Amino acid sequence: MDLALSLKLAFRALMRNPLRATLTMLGVIIGVAAVVATLAIGQGARASVQAQIATLGSNVIMIMPGAPSAGGVRMVMGSGSTFTADDVDAIRRECPSVSAVTWTVRSGGQAVYGNQNWSTSIVGATADYFPIREWTIADGTAFTDADVRNAAKVAVLGATVADNLFQGGRAIGETIRIKNLPFKVVAVMKRKGGSMMGQDQDDLVILPGTTVQRKFLGTTSVIGVMMASARGAESINSAIEEMSSLLRQRHRIRPGQDDDFFMRNQAEFANAAEQTSKTMTLLLSSIALVSLLVGGIGIMNIMLVSVTERTREIGIRMAVGAKGGDILSQFLVESAFLSLVGGALGVALGWAASSLISKLAGWPTTVSPASIALAFGFSAAVGIFFGFYPARKAALQDPIEALRYE
Amino acid sequence: MSTPVLDSRDLVKTYVMGETEVRALRGVSVMVEPGEFVALRGPSGSGKSTFMNIAGCLDRPTSGKFVLNGTDVSTLSRDRLADIRNREIGFVFQGFNLLPRTTALENVEVPLIYRKTGRAERDARALEALALVGLSGRAGHFPTQLSGGQQQRVAIARALVTQPALILADEPTGNLDSRTSLEIMALFQKLNREQGLTIVLVTHEPDIAAFLSRTLVFKDGHLVADQPNRAPLDAAKALAELPAEEALA
Repeated sequence: MDLALSLKLAFRALMRNPLRATLTMLGVIIGVAAVVATLAIGQGARASVQAQIATLGSNVIMIMPGAPSAGGVRMVMGSGSTFTADDVDAIRRECPSVSAVTWTVRSGGQAVYGNQNWSTSIVGATADYFPIREWTIADGTAFTDADVRNAAKVAVLGATVADNLFQGGRAIGETIRIKNLPFKVVAVMKRKGGSMMGQDQDDLVILPGTTVQRKFLGTTSVIGVMMASARGAESINSAIEEMSSLLRQRHRIRPGQDDDFFMRNQAEFANAAEQTSKTMTLLLSSIALVSLLVGGIGIMNIMLVSVTERTREIGIRMAVGAKGGDILSQFLVESAFLSLVGGALGVALGWAASSLISKLAGWPTTVSPASIALAFGFSAAVGIFFGFYPARKAALQDPIEALRYE
Repeated sequence: MSTPVLDSRDLVKTYVMGETEVRALRGVSVMVEPGEFVALRGPSGSGKSTFMNIAGCLDRPTSGKFVLNGTDVSTLSRDRLADIRNREIGFVFQGFNLLPRTTALENVEVPLIYRKTGRAERDARALEALALVGLSGRAGHFPTQLSGGQQQRVAIARALVTQPALILADEPTGNLDSRTSLEIMALFQKLNREQGLTIVLVTHEPDIAAFLSRTLVFKDGHLVADQPNRAPLDAAKALAELPAEEALA
């Protein structure tokens, strides 16, 4: 029997009881919609996490002071920095996989302009900090290495700080006061938005590192965290190795002794976040697949009823020459039809649901072709799998009994 | 001598129903030549239905041989039997057995679907078969829109459409009033005469058997009588002789 005719017969058989066909399909529709929607939400969440991680800067490696040990007693992690500006210079000189390196110190304080004030965090760094963290200057020019050497009193403002102090007015060239010291605003940075942890990344003031050391920390030697960027994603590991061995050598750490520093790179954050969202997506979509399975059982149930109701029809068809295979395929086409139409409607519903979710809840969602293929393929498989038993039951009917059936 | 349409030799069929064994056929040997119009009679339980099932390739004998139009069908597989049913046999049932919600034309086409005839040829042959039973104008009607006699005509067209060697009719007039019964018998006689169609017809009524050329009587699983009818009645004439008021009713 050709496909067009089979489909016509299947459609007609299902149209005998449209309500029943619709209710049967509803199970598949809901299952497929759930799969599509959960995958879309999961994928969207992953994409947004990736985008947030990317705001750290690409290929960034953070070198943090570790637990110093004094005579075998380990101190609190990060309690004493052993990094010096010379370490930074050495990394810049001797590590070929590192394209840029900077050092940072942190402080906090109130910034004042006119009658406005804003408490913010203060980062001291070198000029390389901007490309490494991928900060873009929105207005003005960032400070230079010369400013760092001279401990110049210049400031680069995060967008939040600029907004709060200048209330929309232009900040460049104005003088603000931080802890009662005047700083000339040379640049305002483009907004990055919230971080993964929900912090406002734009709520900061960046000053030359040396200025922060001398004016706020009262030292010229302490540096906090170093940041380096590798030449590319593939050289992150070699950059870490080069820096590790260099720092161990410079800090005179004997083989077998613990490092007095540790490194984190963006890939680790990305992997952790990716793992979390993957696990969630897997969990949710397996629940959705279970509901699709339940939909399949609904199809099987209705097909069994239908086979019983149409016993006489089966008998007539067999009497005029239908083989077991003809009857089998007739009922299989019907159940596949149910599940495929249900699958198509489910994809549409899932798509609609996920765009509704992203509109109402503000979650990003991405409906990928792969998730549609998965849901659709699975529903087709469900229809054929659960349709097979009833269809086989029909095909194995005895024609004499079937003809006699009332 | 031509190949007999139906040639059964020592046909035995035994059913096992729970503990008891039912011997439905106990050795039936009979031959039907092309162009015969045979009545099958006998009380219920006589074995005539079992014989019809085997003749219709719906069932297989326990032992013995059954040759249909030159093919020994006693040991064929289910699928081969389906094929033989499709090619060699046309069924007409007491209860018409048309597919519901399916037009007359589509009902007639069903056997052709299973032999994978193309759409255009299917339509042409089905219309031809409907014309043969006088229902050309009703091709698009559904069974519920047709009278009992018309439904049985559609069923006969469905049996004819594959040009089978044998028509098996199981009490085809059992559900019809006497006028309509006569119409159906007249149609069978016409097909038998004009198309040379071989027909085996199960009936309880001696009136109906009177229109046929031969009567086989079954009893307790045996063929107990085989009577030729040298002067069968003409159903068309009988129909014409019916009182006019009855025709109006």
